[in-house]
Amino acid sequence: MDLLKILSIIVSASVLIFVVELIRRGRLKEKYALLWLLAGGILLILSASRDLLEYLSRFVGIYYPPSLLFLLAFLFLLLITLHFSVVISGLSEKNKKLAQEIALLRQEIQEVPNRKVKKQKKS
Amino acid sequence: MNLRIPMKLLIIIPAYNEETSLSGVIWDLRKNAPPADILVVNDGSRDATGRIAREMDVKLLDLPFNLGIGGAMQAGYRYAQRNSYEIAVQFDGDGQHVAGEIKKLLQPLATGAADIVVGSRFLTRGNYRVSALRGLGIWIFSFILSRLLGTAVTDSTSGFRAANRLVIEFFSRMYPDDYPEVEALVLLNKVNLRMIEVAVTMRERTGGRSSITAVRSVYYMTKVMLAILIDLMKKVR
Repeated sequence: MDLLKILSIIVSASVLIFVVELIRRGRLKEKYALLWLLAGGILLILSASRDLLEYLSRFVGIYYPPSLLFLLAFLFLLLITLHFSVVISGLSEKNKKLAQEIALLRQEIQEVPNRKVKKQKKS
Repeated sequence: MNLRIPMKLLIIIPAYNEETSLSGVIWDLRKNAPPADILVVNDGSRDATGRIAREMDVKLLDLPFNLGIGGAMQAGYRYAQRNSYEIAVQFDGDGQHVAGEIKKLLQPLATGAADIVVGSRFLTRGNYRVSALRGLGIWIFSFILSRLLGTAVTDSTSGFRAANRLVIEFFSRMYPDDYPEVEALVLLNKVNLRMIEVAVTMRERTGGRSSITAVRSVYYMTKVMLAILIDLMKKVR
């Protein structure tokens, strides 16, 4: 077992453990953890099995197998940040709707006493 | 009982830090505009804008924080939609729009010639001065937008507009955030709502500053072009 293999196993295993722990404590919603779990899991499997890593590297034409690990890690991070951008866009849209709704409700509340006063004046 | 006589016309004033000009704008509207309800959308101002609106006894939407002109304007349209107004007029809070000109905007709506009417400073050769760079930007914009929308657009950033019920419904569902005046026209075109320009006069602003300075014109234009491109690709319900 070379040092790189041990290192990559430790790193991907701790990512996996850390993510699971965050979910367990309720600090991370499952919805947002899925990509992290997938990334950690796949990187762990590839770190542990030299044969699989070498086979896949040869298959896509990578001469130095560990760089496949870097490539995958990079792609996963790209995917995760893109996912975040989508989530943030959704949240800011909801945030805007809420702010507008608050303003509309405030206005309605303001109108209520006005209406009562008008009715009393009439009678 | 919640029986209300449906008021026809709503004038929406989006206002962000407009304490110096707002009361003058409201006086102008009360005196010279056709009978209408006036709604100020206070977009998280840090000055006395909200207090002035309350004191002048107009309808007020007080946003809890600053949303930007797009979000503020849409809040106004949603108010119009919920309270079944038939026509909504957008009117700037900085004093550059003239209340007496509103009736010109209403004419094409009344005859059904258009769904949204935009008041343009440049349709007739007036004495409205703009910087050379801004002038060039406006010209390029007009050219591209006119081609794109198939109708003359000379003042695409004008915020002086009147919209009928169809547009009110559409805007309360979907209103652009980044460059709402220009983008809104592109989106309306995609759902086949018809836009028309009428010539109006505008004043030099009495308060506030344009969000577009001459130096940033080029940068601004590039970004708006990009936004238009995205709008063209967007799915619209």
